[in-house]
Amino acid sequence: MSYPANYHYTKEHEWIDVSGNIGTIGITDYAQNTLGDIVFVELPKVGDTVTGGATFGSVESVKAVSDLYSPVSGTVTAINEELATSPDKVNEDAHHAWMIKVELSDPSQIEKLLDAAAYEAFIAEETGH
Amino acid sequence: MATNALTPTKTGPTPRTTTGKVRAHQTQNEGLIFEKSSPGKRGYKLPPLDVPEVDAAALLGDVHRESTGSLPELSEIEIIRHFTRLSTWNYAIDLGMYPLGSCTMKYNPRVNEFVSRIEGLAEAHPFQPQALSQGSLEIVELLQKCLIDITGMDTITLQPAAGAHGEFTGILLVRAYHESKGNARRKILIPDSAHGTNPATAAVCGYQVQNIKSNALGGIDVEELERIVDEDTAALMLTNPSTIGVFESEIHKIADILHAKGALLYMDGANMNALVGKVRPGDFGVDVMHLNLHKTFSTPHGGGGPGSGPVACKAILEPFLPTPVLARKGDSLSWNFDRPQTVGRVRAYYGNYGMFIRALAYIMANGPDGLRQTTEDAVLNANYIRSGLEDLYELPYKTASMHEVVFSDKRQAAKGIRTGDIAKRLIDYGFHPYTVSFPMIVSGALMIEPTESESREELDLFIAAMRSIAQEVEETPELVKNAPHSTRVSRLDEVTAARKPVLRWKPEAK
Amino acid sequence: MRYLPKSDAERVDMLAQIGARSIDDLFEVIPAEYRLKRDLDVPRQMAESEIIDYFKQASTKNAVGYASFLGAGCYRHYRPVIIDSLVQRGEFLTSYTPYQAEITQGTLQAIFEFQTMICELTGMDVANASMYDGSTGAAEAVMMAARITGRSNSVVAATVHPEYREVMTTYAQHQGLPNSVVGYDAETGRVDLKALEAAITDETACVLVQSPNFFGVIEDIPAIAELAHAKGALLVVSIAEAVSLGVVKPPIEADIVSMEAQSFGVAISYGGPFCGVIAAKEKYLRQMPGRLVGQTTDADGYRGYVLTLSTREQHIRREKATSNICTNQALVALMATIFLTVYGKQGIRDLAVQNLAKAEFAAKTLSAQNGTKLLFAKSPRFHEFVLQTGEAPSVLNERLLEKKIIGGLDLSKWYPELGNATLWCATELNTRVQIEAAAEVLAAAAVAV
Repeated sequence: MSYPANYHYTKEHEWIDVSGNIGTIGITDYAQNTLGDIVFVELPKVGDTVTGGATFGSVESVKAVSDLYSPVSGTVTAINEELATSPDKVNEDAHHAWMIKVELSDPSQIEKLLDAAAYEAFIAEETGH
Repeated sequence: MATNALTPTKTGPTPRTTTGKVRAHQTQNEGLIFEKSSPGKRGYKLPPLDVPEVDAAALLGDVHRESTGSLPELSEIEIIRHFTRLSTWNYAIDLGMYPLGSCTMKYNPRVNEFVSRIEGLAEAHPFQPQALSQGSLEIVELLQKCLIDITGMDTITLQPAAGAHGEFTGILLVRAYHESKGNARRKILIPDSAHGTNPATAAVCGYQVQNIKSNALGGIDVEELERIVDEDTAALMLTNPSTIGVFESEIHKIADILHAKGALLYMDGANMNALVGKVRPGDFGVDVMHLNLHKTFSTPHGGGGPGSGPVACKAILEPFLPTPVLARKGDSLSWNFDRPQTVGRVRAYYGNYGMFIRALAYIMANGPDGLRQTTEDAVLNANYIRSGLEDLYELPYKTASMHEVVFSDKRQAAKGIRTGDIAKRLIDYGFHPYTVSFPMIVSGALMIEPTESESREELDLFIAAMRSIAQEVEETPELVKNAPHSTRVSRLDEVTAARKPVLRWKPEAK
Repeated sequence: MRYLPKSDAERVDMLAQIGARSIDDLFEVIPAEYRLKRDLDVPRQMAESEIIDYFKQASTKNAVGYASFLGAGCYRHYRPVIIDSLVQRGEFLTSYTPYQAEITQGTLQAIFEFQTMICELTGMDVANASMYDGSTGAAEAVMMAARITGRSNSVVAATVHPEYREVMTTYAQHQGLPNSVVGYDAETGRVDLKALEAAITDETACVLVQSPNFFGVIEDIPAIAELAHAKGALLVVSIAEAVSLGVVKPPIEADIVSMEAQSFGVAISYGGPFCGVIAAKEKYLRQMPGRLVGQTTDADGYRGYVLTLSTREQHIRREKATSNICTNQALVALMATIFLTVYGKQGIRDLAVQNLAKAEFAAKTLSAQNGTKLLFAKSPRFHEFVLQTGEAPSVLNERLLEKKIIGGLDLSKWYPELGNATLWCATELNTRVQIEAAAEVLAAAAVAV
């Protein structure tokens, strides 16, 4: 699986695609694979604030729940309504099944995130190969 | 005699066969009760009214209900057949062993059912005059006395309806105690091996949960405990023996560390089946604990409940007990509601009373010698299983097991087979699975508690089944991976059930 | 001991096999200072016949052969015999929680049927597989409303069962969920709507009322719902007498219904075990506590049932769970399910109408007696009513007991403002003879109101 070069990544397996001052956020293919079949995605509301490093929602499989951590701080400008009825989109194509869009309050936070290569190296280490 | 009804094919996945029960048979295809209903069928007859009839619509006006919707209409025989057929799809203790860890699936004695239905007891109303409830109250008094001696505590409440409810009550007592001393404190320590109800309870009581890691022996890391207990710690919630089945050998140190900082020791009594008659939690420093009458004291699980979760505690917590408290004055018993420092009620009336009768009957059937023998047999059985399987299944903790033993699927995982698969394959041998993937501190856990109710014959059959599966993992892993093969339904799609929940039957749209 | 399937010889043999010298070896892990060296102080081992004798003896010290007019949250209804025939089948009685769906389809399908029937009766979209009882159900419903709305207060009617309110207070106190109590109209016995309106604020998560309420009076649910919803609060309706749903309009305007199903074939048994249930509108599904059974298919396409949406629950969510509940009341819920199928669509109505008739006769007959007044007379009610008497309830009830009648519940403990007031319940099991006998006792009262 290749990780889009223009995205940035976190060690909690979220990705962010920044365009102007808006960041589009989702979880990586590695994450969806580990979680298994996703049955529900819990997202914040438009207008909510999120904080870099803090949780903004959760993703559920049948037997487990995982928190979602925001890579950046800002205000939620949009949420992907499609995931409410089709959470399986995340399994199908994690890198395009976006979850929330955030207006960045501190664009410098992007610099602290991993790039595609660094993320790939990170998961290689995690999985031991 | 358990037989493997399937002849494994060595090439490719085994085609699904239904050798257990014939799928086409009508008792296997029993539909929903609503699907058998037709208008005008009757299963009841009310006696004629001996008072004047009423016009319900006129009497109730605006609040009169026109229709009771799609409730079913069936005759008595159809109802009997429906539920009887459904019952044949269930596994049960009456059919065979449940090796579920920390569930203590022991025999549910039938005399318990008989005595709980005796008219004067079954029909007693909680608000009837106390002078006319002395029988019901005597039973409470005697059960309380027995449980107090069994736990080594000073006092008890029978009000909580289940274990988790008991935990809630116990932690409320802890909070009330600390508040009375002027500092509610904010944290509850919980081992990472704990049952999920423990942290959920702490949160419901407004406490922050602080996790404490288990040590290499599967017990509390005492040095770590010493480091983190402070004046903000309200209590440690401990299960002893732990969910690994291991007795906390340093329990005196644990209690001392907590008490030195004014914190309390709460014990989850789920594993009391390893302790009854041999040791008492009150003696080793526990301040408050709950019991599970539906585990240790044989009251039936009934498909998920009812349970009962009495909370026993030391005298320092007595003032805070839920109200009312049973009191004796000379010859008569009554409920005392005058309890100024009580934490309040945790449920209406007095608790799951019917379970008190059953638990007391169980204690009476055993007596002190029977209770002790029960505990010894429970521990013997678990160790017998351990010795029968430890050459084939990985034992993550080498410490002595008490009433339950925890293996891990490490060796089988190397062949791509996990604990969940092994558990499903066990079903084909006629056993209910053990507890899968819990406790969380063991990767791929197999948690096995046979209880004292298993004979040597049953244990040998269980061991033989597990050994056979271990061999299948080596030789025909697909058989294990796609199990169970002999059940009425095959693996159910839990993903769709969660993504698109269908939680009720709906009549066809007309 | 007859529950232990081992001979002493087998024990010796098994110990040898595992390499232990004696059973004491296996208990060495317990520090010596704590090992119990005496017998437990419990009754000596008894024969089965002795156990039965003990409990039979105990039962004779309880009221036997009395007519009873007690309700107040625990209702005497006839229990069809087939309920016990079925629930005492080992496959139901001794089965475990249906986590292994393939071998517990019996329990799961029965619960699915229960959930369906509760929805039909209450007018809600989803129902869970049971809570402990109506009192804890009410407390959990409030917590659920708080989670949904993000608000922290609740407004509770004084006409809700007093012990339910005590439980709600206990639950609420440590979660920052204060509740305020709203009084009732002295004429109607219903929630005071003006006071209710004033009590609901932007911080109110829910309004909780009981209907029929503790006085037996049916509340004006649509009006209450409007007041709650106008300020963004949810309406929780608690139902203590489930049989009322046979003839009383279900609270469809409610967001959450918390019901006690004891009336559906569950013995009163001195207060438990009972059967609570929470039902709600579809959109609140994920905030519901307790187990849920869902329909699905197996690998071969056959219909089957599973526990679902488990991620709300404690064994997965742990400290973030919607509740700490684990064990529920499954067997009791099965009793209710069987009861509902015995009576069915028509029977539950006929049963409810009989209850109405008995209570109507009792209310008329008793209140016609010397010095007795029927309170809230103009309000719609189900099968309970409040009588005010010249005599103090304790005196009246003593006189009734002499005639082997357990009279209405003395309300002075909870509602002293009602003076000498008692809460009476007449179900299909109360006979005309009993009612007339009670009336005679009332007639003989020396004092006029």
